Amino acid sequence: MKLPYYPGCTLKANAKHFEDSAQKALEKLDYQLEEMKDWVCCGTVFSMTSDDLMLQLSSIRNLLRAEKQDLKELVTLCSMCYNTLKQSKDFVEGDLDNLEKVNNFMYMEEAEYKGQVEIYHLLTLLRDRIKFETVKAEVTNPLKGLKVGAYYGCLLVRPQKFAIDDFEAPTIMEDLVESLGAEAIDFQFKLECCGAYQTITKKNISVKRAYEILDSAQRVGCDAIITSCPLCAYNLDFLQKEIEKEYVDFQTIPIFYFTELMAVALGVGWNGEWTKKHDVDPEPILIEKNLI
Amino acid sequence: MSAKREMIDVYISGELFQVPEGSTIISSMEYAGFQLKRGVGCREGYCGACATVYREKGDYKLKGGLACQTVVTDGMAVAMIPFVPAEKPTYDLNELEADVSTFTKLFPTVFRCVSCNTCTKACPQEIQVMDYIQAIIRGDIERAANLSFDCIRCGLCALRCPSEIVQYNNAILARRLYAKYLAKKSPELDTRLKELDECKYDKEIEEVKNMPKDKLSEKYYSREIKIS
Ligand code: SF4
Ligand code: SF4
Repeated sequence: MKLPYYPGCTLKANAKHFEDSAQKALEKLDYQLEEMKDWVCCGTVFSMTSDDLMLQLSSIRNLLRAEKQDLKELVTLCSMCYNTLKQSKDFVEGDLDNLEKVNNFMYMEEAEYKGQVEIYHLLTLLRDRIKFETVKAEVTNPLKGLKVGAYYGCLLVRPQKFAIDDFEAPTIMEDLVESLGAEAIDFQFKLECCGAYQTITKKNISVKRAYEILDSAQRVGCDAIITSCPLCAYNLDFLQKEIEKEYVDFQTIPIFYFTELMAVALGVGWNGEWTKKHDVDPEPILIEKNLI
Repeated sequence: MSAKREMIDVYISGELFQVPEGSTIISSMEYAGFQLKRGVGCREGYCGACATVYREKGDYKLKGGLACQTVVTDGMAVAMIPFVPAEKPTYDLNELEADVSTFTKLFPTVFRCVSCNTCTKACPQEIQVMDYIQAIIRGDIERAANLSFDCIRCGLCALRCPSEIVQYNNAILARRLYAKYLAKKSPELDTRLKELDECKYDKEIEEVKNMPKDKLSEKYYSREIKIS
Protein backbone atom coordinates (compact mmCIF):
# COMPACT_ATOMS: atom_id res chain seq x y z
CA MET A 1 0.00 0.00 0.00
CA LYS A 2 1.22 3.44 -0.85
CA LEU A 3 1.28 6.28 1.64
CA PRO A 4 1.45 9.80 0.14
CA TYR A 5 4.48 11.22 1.83
CA TYR A 6 5.69 14.70 2.64
CA PRO A 7 9.41 14.46 3.54
CA GLY A 8 10.48 17.97 4.50
CA CYS A 9 13.94 19.42 3.95
CA THR A 10 15.82 17.91 6.88
CA LEU A 11 14.88 14.37 5.88
CA LYS A 12 16.69 14.99 2.62
CA ALA A 13 19.82 16.28 4.34
CA ASN A 14 20.81 15.77 7.99
CA ALA A 15 18.10 13.23 8.72
CA LYS A 16 18.39 11.04 5.61
CA HIS A 17 18.66 8.03 7.89
CA PHE A 18 15.25 8.85 9.36
CA GLU A 19 13.67 8.61 5.92
CA ASP A 20 15.71 5.63 4.86
CA SER A 21 14.95 3.60 7.98
CA ALA A 22 11.26 4.49 7.77
CA GLN A 23 11.07 3.39 4.17
CA LYS A 24 12.83 0.11 4.83
CA ALA A 25 10.78 -0.63 7.94
CA LEU A 26 7.50 0.16 6.22
CA GLU A 27 8.37 -2.08 3.29
CA LYS A 28 8.46 -4.96 5.76
CA LEU A 29 4.88 -4.06 6.62
CA ASP A 30 3.90 -3.84 2.93
CA TYR A 31 3.65 -0.08 2.90
CA GLN A 32 5.59 2.33 0.73
CA LEU A 33 6.14 6.02 1.26
CA GLU A 34 5.39 7.73 -2.01
CA GLU A 35 6.89 11.20 -2.08
CA MET A 36 4.57 13.93 -3.30
CA LYS A 37 5.85 15.99 -6.22
CA ASP A 38 7.02 19.61 -6.06
CA TRP A 39 6.85 20.00 -2.32
CA VAL A 40 8.41 23.01 -0.62
CA CYS A 41 9.57 23.72 2.93
CA CYS A 42 6.82 23.10 5.50
CA GLY A 43 7.29 26.58 6.92
CA THR A 44 9.47 25.16 9.73
CA VAL A 45 7.64 26.71 12.64
CA PHE A 46 3.96 27.57 12.74
CA SER A 47 3.76 31.34 12.97
CA MET A 48 1.95 32.72 15.99
CA THR A 49 1.41 36.08 14.34
CA SER A 50 -2.12 35.58 13.09
CA ASP A 51 -2.00 38.48 10.64
CA ASP A 52 1.25 37.63 8.89
CA LEU A 53 -0.12 35.44 6.15
CA MET A 54 3.20 35.35 4.33
CA LEU A 55 4.44 32.87 6.91
CA GLN A 56 1.58 30.48 6.12
CA LEU A 57 2.22 30.34 2.40
CA SER A 58 4.83 27.64 2.47
CA SER A 59 2.67 25.15 4.35
CA ILE A 60 -0.47 25.89 2.43
CA ARG A 61 1.36 25.63 -0.88
CA ASN A 62 2.19 22.03 0.01
CA LEU A 63 -1.42 21.27 0.81
CA LEU A 64 -2.56 22.98 -2.37
CA ARG A 65 -0.08 21.08 -4.51
CA ALA A 66 -0.98 17.81 -2.82
CA GLU A 67 -4.65 18.49 -3.51
CA LYS A 68 -3.85 19.25 -7.14
CA GLN A 69 -2.03 15.91 -7.31
CA ASP A 70 -5.23 14.24 -6.09
CA LEU A 71 -3.74 13.29 -2.76
CA LYS A 72 -6.25 13.07 0.06
CA GLU A 73 -3.66 12.89 2.78
CA LEU A 74 0.00 13.42 3.54
CA VAL A 75 2.12 11.44 5.97
CA THR A 76 5.03 13.12 7.70
CA LEU A 77 7.87 11.64 9.71
CA CYS A 78 9.28 14.87 11.11
CA SER A 79 7.38 16.21 14.11
CA MET A 80 8.04 19.75 13.06
CA CYS A 81 6.61 19.29 9.57
CA TYR A 82 3.63 17.52 11.08
CA ASN A 83 2.94 20.29 13.54
CA THR A 84 3.40 23.15 11.08
CA LEU A 85 1.34 21.62 8.29
CA LYS A 86 -1.41 20.61 10.67
CA GLN A 87 -1.66 24.01 12.31
CA SER A 88 -1.53 25.91 9.03
CA LYS A 89 -4.25 23.70 7.62
CA ASP A 90 -6.40 24.60 10.59
CA PHE A 91 -5.47 28.27 10.21
CA VAL A 92 -7.00 28.49 6.74
CA GLU A 93 -9.73 25.93 7.12
CA GLY A 94 -10.92 27.38 10.38
CA ASP A 95 -11.13 30.89 8.93
CA LEU A 96 -12.36 31.24 5.38
CA ASP A 97 -11.12 34.82 5.26
CA ASN A 98 -7.59 33.52 5.72
CA LEU A 99 -8.17 30.86 3.11
CA GLU A 100 -9.34 33.41 0.59
CA LYS A 101 -6.42 35.75 1.22
CA VAL A 102 -3.91 32.94 0.91
CA ASN A 103 -5.56 31.68 -2.27
CA ASN A 104 -5.52 35.19 -3.74
CA PHE A 105 -1.79 35.15 -3.35
CA MET A 106 -1.45 31.75 -5.03
CA TYR A 107 -2.61 32.83 -8.47
CA MET A 108 0.41 31.26 -10.18
CA GLU A 109 -0.64 27.82 -8.97
CA GLU A 110 -3.00 25.86 -11.18
CA ALA A 111 -5.72 25.56 -8.58
CA GLU A 112 -6.85 27.07 -5.31
CA TYR A 113 -6.66 25.21 -2.04
CA LYS A 114 -10.03 23.84 -1.04
CA GLY A 115 -9.01 22.31 2.24
CA GLN A 116 -9.32 18.61 1.53
CA VAL A 117 -5.89 17.29 2.49
CA GLU A 118 -5.47 15.49 5.82
CA ILE A 119 -2.12 15.50 7.64
CA TYR A 120 -0.93 12.47 9.58
CA HIS A 121 2.17 11.69 11.52
CA LEU A 122 3.48 8.21 10.78
CA LEU A 123 3.09 7.28 14.45
CA THR A 124 -0.69 7.73 14.30
CA LEU A 125 -0.90 5.68 11.12
CA LEU A 126 1.08 2.93 12.80
CA ARG A 127 -1.34 2.98 15.69
CA ASP A 128 -4.64 3.49 13.88
CA ARG A 129 -4.25 2.09 10.38
CA ILE A 130 -1.34 -0.31 10.25
CA LYS A 131 -1.88 -1.24 13.93
CA PHE A 132 0.74 -2.00 16.51
CA GLU A 133 -0.42 -5.64 16.68
CA THR A 134 0.51 -6.02 13.01
CA VAL A 135 3.89 -4.43 13.67
CA LYS A 136 4.37 -6.84 16.57
CA ALA A 137 3.46 -9.81 14.42
CA GLU A 138 6.07 -8.83 11.83
CA VAL A 139 8.92 -8.40 14.32
CA THR A 140 11.67 -10.91 13.58
CA ASN A 141 14.37 -9.44 15.79
CA PRO A 142 12.63 -8.40 19.01
CA LEU A 143 14.51 -5.68 20.88
CA LYS A 144 14.78 -7.84 23.97
CA GLY A 145 16.46 -6.24 26.93
CA LEU A 146 16.63 -2.78 25.37
CA LYS A 147 15.28 -0.11 27.70
CA VAL A 148 13.94 2.73 25.59
CA GLY A 149 12.82 6.17 26.70
CA ALA A 150 10.36 7.77 24.29
CA TYR A 151 11.00 11.49 24.02
CA TYR A 152 8.08 13.52 22.63
CA GLY A 153 9.27 17.07 23.08
CA CYS A 154 6.72 19.71 22.14
CA LEU A 155 5.59 19.26 18.60
CA LEU A 156 3.80 15.93 18.74
CA VAL A 157 1.60 16.93 21.63
CA ARG A 158 1.25 20.70 21.69
CA PRO A 159 -1.00 22.54 21.26
CA GLN A 160 -3.55 20.12 22.62
CA LYS A 161 -5.78 20.41 19.56
CA PHE A 162 -3.11 18.88 17.33
CA ALA A 163 -1.67 16.35 19.76
CA ILE A 164 -1.22 12.87 18.29
CA ASP A 165 -2.12 11.33 21.64
CA ASP A 166 -3.08 12.45 25.17
CA PHE A 167 -1.27 15.77 25.34
CA GLU A 168 -0.14 15.36 28.95
CA ALA A 169 0.39 11.63 29.22
CA PRO A 170 0.99 10.23 25.74
CA THR A 171 1.88 6.57 25.33
CA ILE A 172 1.84 6.15 21.56
CA MET A 173 5.62 5.85 21.26
CA GLU A 174 5.86 3.59 24.30
CA ASP A 175 3.21 1.34 22.77
CA LEU A 176 5.24 1.16 19.58
CA VAL A 177 8.40 0.40 21.55
CA GLU A 178 6.65 -2.44 23.37
CA SER A 179 5.37 -3.89 20.12
CA LEU A 180 9.00 -4.02 18.93
CA GLY A 181 9.86 -6.18 21.91
CA ALA A 182 11.77 -3.52 23.85
CA GLU A 183 10.98 -2.24 27.31
CA ALA A 184 9.47 1.25 27.28
CA ILE A 185 10.53 3.35 30.25
CA ASP A 186 8.51 6.36 31.22
CA PHE A 187 10.64 9.31 32.31
CA GLN A 188 9.92 12.62 33.85
CA PHE A 189 11.11 15.02 31.16
CA LYS A 190 9.75 13.27 28.09
CA LEU A 191 7.49 16.21 27.23
CA GLU A 192 9.92 19.01 28.05
CA CYS A 193 11.24 21.27 25.31
CA CYS A 194 14.77 20.44 24.10
CA GLY A 195 15.66 24.10 23.74
CA ALA A 196 14.82 24.01 20.03
CA TYR A 197 16.43 26.80 18.00
CA GLN A 198 18.08 28.32 21.05
CA THR A 199 20.83 25.94 20.07
CA ILE A 200 21.92 28.45 17.41
CA THR A 201 22.09 31.65 19.39
CA LYS A 202 22.02 30.64 23.06
CA LYS A 203 23.50 27.20 23.03
CA ASN A 204 23.86 27.03 26.81
CA ILE A 205 20.06 26.95 27.14
CA SER A 206 19.79 23.91 24.88
CA VAL A 207 22.73 22.22 26.58
CA LYS A 208 21.00 22.60 29.94
CA ARG A 209 17.66 21.37 28.59
CA ALA A 210 19.26 18.40 26.87
CA TYR A 211 21.12 17.49 30.03
CA GLU A 212 17.97 17.60 32.16
CA ILE A 213 16.06 15.47 29.67
CA LEU A 214 18.78 12.86 29.21
CA ASP A 215 19.57 12.76 32.92
CA SER A 216 15.94 12.17 33.82
CA ALA A 217 15.86 9.28 31.34
CA GLN A 218 19.10 7.76 32.59
CA ARG A 219 18.01 7.96 36.21
CA VAL A 220 15.19 5.50 35.48
CA GLY A 221 17.44 3.19 33.51
CA CYS A 222 17.00 4.07 29.82
CA ASP A 223 19.67 2.65 27.47
CA ALA A 224 18.51 4.67 24.50
CA ILE A 225 16.13 7.48 23.59
CA ILE A 226 13.84 7.68 20.58
CA THR A 227 12.46 10.79 18.95
CA SER A 228 10.73 11.82 15.75
CA CYS A 229 12.05 15.35 15.49
CA PRO A 230 15.34 16.17 13.75
CA LEU A 231 15.85 19.27 15.86
CA CYS A 232 15.31 17.34 19.12
CA ALA A 233 17.59 14.62 17.75
CA TYR A 234 20.24 17.21 17.04
CA ASN A 235 20.04 18.82 20.46
CA LEU A 236 19.89 15.56 22.40
CA ASP A 237 22.60 13.86 20.36
CA PHE A 238 25.06 16.50 19.16
CA LEU A 239 25.05 18.53 22.38
CA GLN A 240 26.17 15.59 24.50
CA LYS A 241 29.80 16.54 23.92
CA GLU A 242 29.00 19.96 25.40
CA ILE A 243 27.09 18.36 28.27
CA GLU A 244 30.11 16.18 29.05
CA LYS A 245 32.21 19.31 29.50
CA GLU A 246 29.77 20.90 31.93
CA TYR A 247 28.43 17.95 33.90
CA VAL A 248 31.23 15.67 34.97
CA ASP A 249 29.00 12.79 36.01
CA PHE A 250 27.29 12.61 32.62
CA GLN A 251 27.46 9.41 30.56
CA THR A 252 26.50 9.54 26.88
CA ILE A 253 23.36 7.81 25.65
CA PRO A 254 22.42 7.04 22.03
CA ILE A 255 19.53 8.87 20.37
CA PHE A 256 17.55 7.05 17.69
CA TYR A 257 14.73 7.91 15.37
CA PHE A 258 11.89 5.56 16.23
CA THR A 259 12.08 4.21 12.68
CA GLU A 260 15.67 3.05 13.16
CA LEU A 261 14.58 0.78 15.99
CA MET A 262 11.62 -0.37 13.90
CA ALA A 263 14.03 -1.29 11.11
CA VAL A 264 16.20 -3.32 13.49
CA ALA A 265 13.22 -5.12 15.00
CA LEU A 266 11.57 -5.83 11.66
CA GLY A 267 14.69 -7.49 10.35
CA VAL A 268 15.92 -4.77 8.01
CA GLY A 269 19.19 -4.74 9.89
CA TRP A 270 21.39 -1.79 10.67
CA ASN A 271 22.99 0.41 8.05
CA GLY A 272 26.47 1.79 8.67
CA GLU A 273 25.46 4.95 6.81
CA TRP A 274 22.93 5.69 9.55
CA THR A 275 25.68 5.53 12.15
CA LYS A 276 27.53 8.33 10.38
CA LYS A 277 24.56 10.61 10.93
CA HIS A 278 24.72 10.10 14.70
CA ASP A 279 27.13 11.83 17.03
CA VAL A 280 26.92 9.42 19.97
CA ASP A 281 27.66 6.02 18.43
CA PRO A 282 24.38 4.09 18.37
CA GLU A 283 25.93 0.72 17.55
CA PRO A 284 27.45 -0.40 20.89
CA ILE A 285 24.11 -0.72 22.68
CA LEU A 286 22.62 -2.66 19.76
CA ILE A 287 25.63 -4.96 19.73
CA GLU A 288 25.54 -5.34 23.50
CA LYS A 289 21.91 -6.49 23.29
CA ASN A 290 22.70 -8.81 20.39
CA LEU A 291 20.43 -6.92 18.05
CA ILE A 292 22.86 -6.35 15.19
CA MET B 1 4.09 51.41 -48.78
CA SER B 2 3.35 49.64 -45.55
CA ALA B 3 0.27 50.63 -43.54
CA LYS B 4 0.91 53.39 -41.06
CA ARG B 5 1.24 52.07 -37.52
CA GLU B 6 -1.08 53.34 -34.80
CA MET B 7 0.53 55.38 -32.05
CA ILE B 8 -0.12 54.46 -28.45
CA ASP B 9 0.51 56.11 -25.08
CA VAL B 10 3.38 54.87 -22.94
CA TYR B 11 4.65 56.36 -19.68
CA ILE B 12 8.42 56.09 -19.52
CA SER B 13 9.69 56.75 -16.01
CA GLY B 14 6.48 58.67 -15.42
CA GLU B 15 6.54 60.81 -18.56
CA LEU B 16 3.98 60.37 -21.34
CA PHE B 17 5.16 59.55 -24.87
CA GLN B 18 3.45 58.41 -28.04
CA VAL B 19 5.16 55.46 -29.63
CA PRO B 20 4.27 53.11 -32.52
CA GLU B 21 2.23 50.11 -31.40
CA GLY B 22 4.05 46.84 -31.63
CA SER B 23 7.28 48.35 -30.30
CA THR B 24 9.22 46.65 -27.61
CA ILE B 25 9.97 48.62 -24.46
CA ILE B 26 13.52 49.27 -25.68
CA SER B 27 12.50 50.41 -29.13
CA SER B 28 9.76 52.61 -27.71
CA MET B 29 12.26 54.27 -25.40
CA GLU B 30 14.65 54.88 -28.23
CA TYR B 31 11.79 56.17 -30.36
CA ALA B 32 11.00 58.58 -27.54
CA GLY B 33 14.58 59.86 -27.69
CA PHE B 34 16.26 58.06 -24.80
CA GLN B 35 19.79 56.92 -25.38
CA LEU B 36 20.30 53.67 -23.51
CA LYS B 37 23.82 53.09 -22.30
CA ARG B 38 23.30 50.69 -19.39
CA GLY B 39 20.78 47.93 -19.15
CA VAL B 40 20.80 46.94 -22.81
CA GLY B 41 22.67 44.02 -24.24
CA CYS B 42 21.96 41.46 -26.92
CA ARG B 43 18.40 42.64 -27.73
CA GLU B 44 17.54 39.01 -28.38
CA GLY B 45 16.31 37.96 -24.95
CA TYR B 46 19.45 36.05 -24.03
CA CYS B 47 21.72 38.25 -22.00
CA GLY B 48 19.40 39.39 -19.22
CA ALA B 49 20.74 42.95 -19.17
CA CYS B 50 17.47 44.79 -19.85
CA ALA B 51 15.37 43.95 -16.82
CA THR B 52 12.37 46.20 -16.61
CA VAL B 53 9.28 46.63 -14.48
CA TYR B 54 5.97 47.73 -15.89
CA ARG B 55 2.31 48.02 -15.16
CA GLU B 56 -0.41 47.78 -17.74
CA LYS B 57 -3.39 50.09 -17.82
CA GLY B 58 -6.15 48.91 -15.53
CA ASP B 59 -4.04 46.16 -13.97
CA TYR B 60 -2.87 46.36 -10.37
CA LYS B 61 0.02 43.97 -10.92
CA LEU B 62 3.56 45.24 -11.13
CA LYS B 63 5.13 42.94 -13.69
CA GLY B 64 8.71 42.27 -14.66
CA GLY B 65 10.11 41.51 -18.07
CA LEU B 66 12.94 41.97 -20.50
CA ALA B 67 12.69 45.33 -22.23
CA CYS B 68 13.87 43.85 -25.53
CA GLN B 69 11.14 41.21 -25.51
CA THR B 70 8.17 42.94 -23.93
CA VAL B 71 5.82 44.67 -26.36
CA VAL B 72 4.27 47.87 -25.06
CA THR B 73 0.51 48.22 -24.70
CA ASP B 74 -1.58 51.36 -24.64
CA GLY B 75 -1.28 53.16 -21.32
CA MET B 76 1.61 51.03 -20.06
CA ALA B 77 3.96 52.53 -17.47
CA VAL B 78 7.57 51.31 -17.65
CA ALA B 79 10.85 51.77 -15.82
CA MET B 80 14.23 50.30 -16.65
CA ILE B 81 16.47 48.69 -14.04
CA PRO B 82 20.01 49.12 -15.27
CA PHE B 83 21.76 47.20 -12.52
CA VAL B 84 20.96 45.06 -9.50
CA PRO B 85 23.55 45.48 -6.74
CA ALA B 86 23.16 41.94 -5.47
CA GLU B 87 25.23 40.04 -2.93
CA LYS B 88 27.85 37.89 -4.65
CA PRO B 89 30.37 35.95 -2.57
CA THR B 90 33.58 34.75 -4.16
CA TYR B 91 34.57 31.13 -3.86
CA ASP B 92 36.91 28.53 -5.28
CA LEU B 93 34.84 25.78 -6.82
CA ASN B 94 37.62 23.27 -6.19
CA GLU B 95 37.25 23.71 -2.46
CA LEU B 96 33.49 23.26 -2.23
CA GLU B 97 31.31 20.27 -1.57
CA ALA B 98 28.28 19.52 -3.69
CA ASP B 99 25.79 19.58 -0.86
CA VAL B 100 23.66 21.91 1.20
CA SER B 101 26.52 22.83 3.55
CA THR B 102 28.10 24.92 0.79
CA PHE B 103 24.99 27.08 0.61
CA THR B 104 24.82 27.33 4.38
CA LYS B 105 28.27 28.90 4.27
CA LEU B 106 28.07 31.05 1.16
CA PHE B 107 24.40 31.97 0.99
CA PRO B 108 22.86 31.61 4.45
CA THR B 109 20.04 33.91 3.35
CA VAL B 110 18.63 31.19 1.11
CA PHE B 111 17.15 29.52 4.19
CA ARG B 112 14.97 32.59 4.77
CA CYS B 113 12.73 31.58 1.86
CA VAL B 114 9.04 31.60 2.84
CA SER B 115 7.88 29.92 -0.41
CA CYS B 116 5.82 32.92 -1.40
CA ASN B 117 6.59 32.30 -5.07
CA THR B 118 7.04 36.02 -5.75
CA CYS B 119 10.28 35.23 -7.58
CA THR B 120 8.52 32.82 -9.92
CA LYS B 121 5.91 35.45 -10.64
CA ALA B 122 8.66 37.94 -11.50
CA CYS B 123 10.77 35.71 -13.74
CA PRO B 124 10.61 36.64 -17.45
CA GLN B 125 12.04 33.23 -18.33
CA GLU B 126 9.12 31.40 -16.72
CA ILE B 127 11.50 29.52 -14.47
CA GLN B 128 10.18 27.83 -11.34
CA VAL B 129 12.44 30.06 -9.26
CA MET B 130 10.94 29.23 -5.88
CA ASP B 131 11.20 25.54 -6.63
CA TYR B 132 14.90 25.75 -7.43
CA ILE B 133 15.49 27.71 -4.23
CA GLN B 134 13.56 25.05 -2.33
CA ALA B 135 15.62 22.34 -4.01
CA ILE B 136 18.80 24.06 -2.81
CA ILE B 137 17.46 24.22 0.74
CA ARG B 138 17.00 20.47 0.79
CA GLY B 139 20.35 19.84 -0.91
CA ASP B 140 18.92 18.62 -4.22
CA ILE B 141 21.54 20.33 -6.35
CA GLU B 142 20.71 18.42 -9.50
CA ARG B 143 17.10 19.61 -9.39
CA ALA B 144 18.21 23.18 -8.70
CA ALA B 145 20.62 23.05 -11.64
CA ASN B 146 17.99 21.67 -13.99
CA LEU B 147 15.21 24.00 -12.94
CA SER B 148 17.42 27.08 -13.18
CA PHE B 149 19.04 26.15 -16.48
CA ASP B 150 17.41 28.94 -18.50
CA CYS B 151 18.23 31.69 -15.99
CA ILE B 152 19.69 34.74 -17.69
CA ARG B 153 20.56 36.53 -14.46
CA CYS B 154 18.29 39.48 -15.06
CA GLY B 155 17.89 40.06 -11.33
CA LEU B 156 14.13 40.55 -11.22
CA CYS B 157 13.56 37.68 -8.80
CA ALA B 158 15.99 39.12 -6.28
CA LEU B 159 14.43 42.55 -6.57
CA ARG B 160 11.01 41.24 -5.60
CA CYS B 161 12.02 38.68 -2.96
CA PRO B 162 10.70 39.59 0.51
CA SER B 163 13.48 37.50 2.05
CA GLU B 164 16.33 39.30 0.25
CA ILE B 165 17.57 36.14 -1.41
CA VAL B 166 19.75 36.42 -4.50
CA GLN B 167 18.24 33.54 -6.38
CA TYR B 168 20.36 33.64 -9.52
CA ASN B 169 23.69 33.64 -7.68
CA ASN B 170 22.51 30.60 -5.75
CA ALA B 171 21.42 29.04 -9.02
CA ILE B 172 24.71 29.53 -10.79
CA LEU B 173 26.52 28.00 -7.84
CA ALA B 174 24.17 25.02 -8.02
CA ARG B 175 24.88 24.58 -11.73
CA ARG B 176 28.61 24.89 -11.19
CA LEU B 177 28.55 22.30 -8.41
CA TYR B 178 26.39 20.05 -10.51
CA ALA B 179 28.66 20.32 -13.53
CA LYS B 180 31.84 19.80 -11.56
CA TYR B 181 30.84 17.13 -9.08
CA LEU B 182 27.54 15.50 -9.92
CA ALA B 183 26.90 15.40 -13.66
CA LYS B 184 27.65 12.24 -15.53
CA LYS B 185 30.98 12.62 -17.27
CA SER B 186 30.64 12.80 -21.00
CA PRO B 187 33.07 10.67 -23.01
CA GLU B 188 32.23 12.83 -26.06
CA LEU B 189 33.73 15.82 -24.29
CA ASP B 190 37.13 14.15 -23.99
CA THR B 191 37.03 13.13 -27.63
CA ARG B 192 36.11 16.65 -28.69
CA LEU B 193 38.81 18.24 -26.52
CA LYS B 194 41.36 15.92 -28.05
CA GLU B 195 40.18 16.89 -31.53
CA LEU B 196 40.55 20.53 -30.63
CA ASP B 197 44.05 19.92 -29.34
CA GLU B 198 44.84 18.33 -32.65
CA CYS B 199 43.53 21.44 -34.46
CA LYS B 200 40.99 19.35 -36.32
CA TYR B 201 38.52 22.22 -36.80
CA ASP B 202 40.90 25.12 -37.38
CA LYS B 203 40.25 25.18 -41.10
CA GLU B 204 36.47 25.33 -40.66
CA ILE B 205 36.74 28.05 -38.04
CA GLU B 206 38.88 30.12 -40.39
CA GLU B 207 36.22 29.69 -43.06
CA VAL B 208 33.48 30.86 -40.70
CA LYS B 209 35.57 33.83 -39.62
CA ASN B 210 35.99 34.99 -43.19
CA MET B 211 32.39 34.40 -44.25
CA PRO B 212 30.33 37.43 -45.35
CA LYS B 213 27.54 38.35 -42.91
CA ASP B 214 24.60 37.20 -45.07
CA LYS B 215 26.18 33.83 -45.73
CA LEU B 216 26.99 33.44 -42.03
CA SER B 217 23.47 34.33 -41.04
CA GLU B 218 22.03 31.88 -43.56
CA LYS B 219 24.25 29.12 -42.22
CA TYR B 220 23.38 29.99 -38.63
CA TYR B 221 19.65 29.82 -39.14
CA SER B 222 19.75 26.63 -41.20
CA ARG B 223 22.02 24.80 -38.77
CA GLU B 224 20.99 21.48 -37.37
CA ILE B 225 21.39 20.77 -33.70
CA LYS B 226 21.88 17.14 -32.96
CA ILE B 227 20.99 15.98 -29.51
CA SER B 228 21.82 12.37 -28.87
S1 SF4 C 1 15.62 33.26 -12.15
FE1 SF4 C 1 15.75 35.43 -11.58
S2 SF4 C 1 17.61 36.18 -12.56
FE2 SF4 C 1 17.09 34.21 -13.52
S3 SF4 C 1 15.89 34.79 -15.32
FE3 SF4 C 1 14.41 34.40 -13.67
S4 SF4 C 1 14.07 36.39 -12.69
FE4 SF4 C 1 15.90 36.58 -13.97
S1 SF4 D 1 10.53 35.42 -3.53
FE1 SF4 D 1 12.10 34.89 -2.05
S2 SF4 D 1 10.96 34.14 -0.26
FE2 SF4 D 1 9.53 34.16 -1.98
S3 SF4 D 1 9.67 32.06 -2.82
FE3 SF4 D 1 11.12 33.31 -3.95
S4 SF4 D 1 13.06 33.00 -2.87
FE4 SF4 D 1 11.46 32.34 -1.49
